Amino acid sequence: MTTAKTGQVPLAHDSKTRAAPRRTALSAMGSRRLWLTVLGWGVAILIFFPIFWMIVTSFKTEAEAIADPSLIFSPTVENYVEVQQRADYFKFAMNSVVVAFGSTLLALLLAIPSAYSMAFLPTRRTKGTLLWMLSTKMLPPVGVLVPIYLLFRDTGLLDTRTGLIIVYTLMNLPIVVWMLYTFFKDLPKDILEAGRMDGASTFQEVWHLLLPLTLPGIASTGLLSVILSWNEAFWSLNLTSSQAAPLTAYIASFSSPEGLFWAKLSAASTMAIAPILVFGWLTQKQMVRGLTFGAVK
Amino acid sequence: MRLRHAIPLAGATALVSVAASAETITVATVNNNDMVIMQSLTDQFEKAHPDITLDWVVLEENVLRQRMTTDIATQGGQFDVMTIGTYEVPIWAERGWLTPLADLPESYQVNDLLKPVRDGLSYDGTLYALPFYAESSMMYYNKALFEKAGIEMSEQPTWQEVQDWASQIHDPQNDVYGICLRGKPGWGENMAFVSTLVNTYGGRWFDMDWNPQLDSQAWQDAVSFYVDLLNNYGPPGASSNGFNENLALFSRGNCGMWVDATSAAGKLYNPNESDVADQLGFAPAPVAETPKGSHWLWSWALAIPATSDAKDAAETFITWATSQDYIELVGETKGWTSVPPGTRESTYENENYQQAAPFADFVLNAIREADPTDSTQEPVPYVGVQFVGIPEFQAIGTQVGQMIAAALTGDMSVEQALSSAQRSTERTMQRAGYPK
Repeated sequence: MTTAKTGQVPLAHDSKTRAAPRRTALSAMGSRRLWLTVLGWGVAILIFFPIFWMIVTSFKTEAEAIADPSLIFSPTVENYVEVQQRADYFKFAMNSVVVAFGSTLLALLLAIPSAYSMAFLPTRRTKGTLLWMLSTKMLPPVGVLVPIYLLFRDTGLLDTRTGLIIVYTLMNLPIVVWMLYTFFKDLPKDILEAGRMDGASTFQEVWHLLLPLTLPGIASTGLLSVILSWNEAFWSLNLTSSQAAPLTAYIASFSSPEGLFWAKLSAASTMAIAPILVFGWLTQKQMVRGLTFGAVK
Repeated sequence: MRLRHAIPLAGATALVSVAASAETITVATVNNNDMVIMQSLTDQFEKAHPDITLDWVVLEENVLRQRMTTDIATQGGQFDVMTIGTYEVPIWAERGWLTPLADLPESYQVNDLLKPVRDGLSYDGTLYALPFYAESSMMYYNKALFEKAGIEMSEQPTWQEVQDWASQIHDPQNDVYGICLRGKPGWGENMAFVSTLVNTYGGRWFDMDWNPQLDSQAWQDAVSFYVDLLNNYGPPGASSNGFNENLALFSRGNCGMWVDATSAAGKLYNPNESDVADQLGFAPAPVAETPKGSHWLWSWALAIPATSDAKDAAETFITWATSQDYIELVGETKGWTSVPPGTRESTYENENYQQAAPFADFVLNAIREADPTDSTQEPVPYVGVQFVGIPEFQAIGTQVGQMIAAALTGDMSVEQALSSAQRSTERTMQRAGYPK
């Protein structure tokens, strides 16, 4: 016991003397983590607040919606009933789904080969080409509205989903190519070379090596493209009327400079963002993994 | 097949064949309350006209205007019926973009349409659009606040009186403001109001040689008065207030006075939408130097683009939606304060409407007295009370509106704002090749 005691005392003493700074370090780390957590939550709440307020407003009456902001009210679903009576939500939603996913698929089909060639077979013009592609995003869309409208009129693409898919594909292609180029460039060339030495064709190289190894990056690029297409409003409002109009046109039909419309507009907006919100929630892991892919080396 | 199965099947086949042969017309309209009612009565129209099906494109006013302008200027042919205003009709008709409505059926009673409204939708004596609803501007005031301050409303108020009354009512500590006016920049927003104020101060947009007059004394006086009035007795953040924001403020009892569209009357009289329904007073729009052009005239109308391939069906629809029968249908199914106002003499002769809308005579007089061909003290080469009927005006009006909003927020002085507005308007007019 004595030995044990004598043996324990200095041990305990040692551990005490060592534990004190460790505890201090731990508590410093703990408080830093606490602050970071609070900050993280604060930023998240700040970003989510407009969406939260929109959802709350959608359950108010128009009179409550314009009155002083309050969380105490008797919720009503009358706005949802009315917006559904005035416009067929499912028709607009189906157009959004087809156009967003269709354009993303087409953009990926075009962007994967071009990003592959730029990343693994660069020429001295590659950088310039990439910058030129990105520069097309700097053109205000309204500048090319009339020529595109005339082209669409003459080819019968006005108010068609095919027309919107083409426009969205072209609109997102520079971003998709850039993102894929960045992901592909981070992949060691040796892996592809090894495949080539084993006799793989270019297609096999892309299909069996490149795509599986950069799948998180491709997935996050695709998700971003879906979100950008889903939210696009300028082209969808200008190139569609009654048949191919997506949810952005649906929302625009509930805003007005004359009359009270906030609650109905909130209900329409909540219904319009609901699918992409759920989709984003379900795929957030892939998105974050893709966006941070290759960030730490 | 048994007879009891055959009959419903035959009926269904007949229905399918009617639906298959029905002509579909695409109607582009704005999301204002009266148009929403029209959309909700689609079934009634389709029941009466089983050979026509309606497809709706409902958009916010500015988005719709851009969408329709692109389509009609490029001959896109996406719409069979377009909802346009008195500003667009003569300009589009001159370019041959609209179908003339010269042979309307007798049952339509075209002479029942109010003359100023009909004239505003005509070009070279021919009607190119049928009025769906029309509005002028007038002053609303809160009787309770007036009584409390011991003020009596004049028969024809002047802007000087309005300023005095506003100073007596203004009580920002209790969220009560003397006057609410439009401040949000835009040719159809603050400039609609400011143009009427300039008119009544004796000013005009252009002289007979199309020289801009924004640096004239009348503009200086009118805009200085507007800026001082709103800054001293208006609500905070007035430069971002348009029709909706002021409607919300007035209906909650926060404004002593409000000068705006007559179409607000129905909403303010509705106790479900307004806290001041029983305190609502109305008066003609105030005047300053001259009564000319002190209140505007606007109508939303239905027109058929020349590119439509279903002109007959489209005409059937627009004559239905702007008819006396339609007004009665709305009155009976949606209530008499909801009928589209300002288009027909017969609406104002209707006893049901007179009972439900005590403001009816005011609106009728305001519309009758508004003359877009003679709205300024000095002669002008343009038509329009609160706008100038030339294609360049949308850009000019919005740009000048932004400068006046900057004067309202104090970012610029009134002199600076008007001097910049004058220069930018001169540049735009020169580029457009005026005088023509």
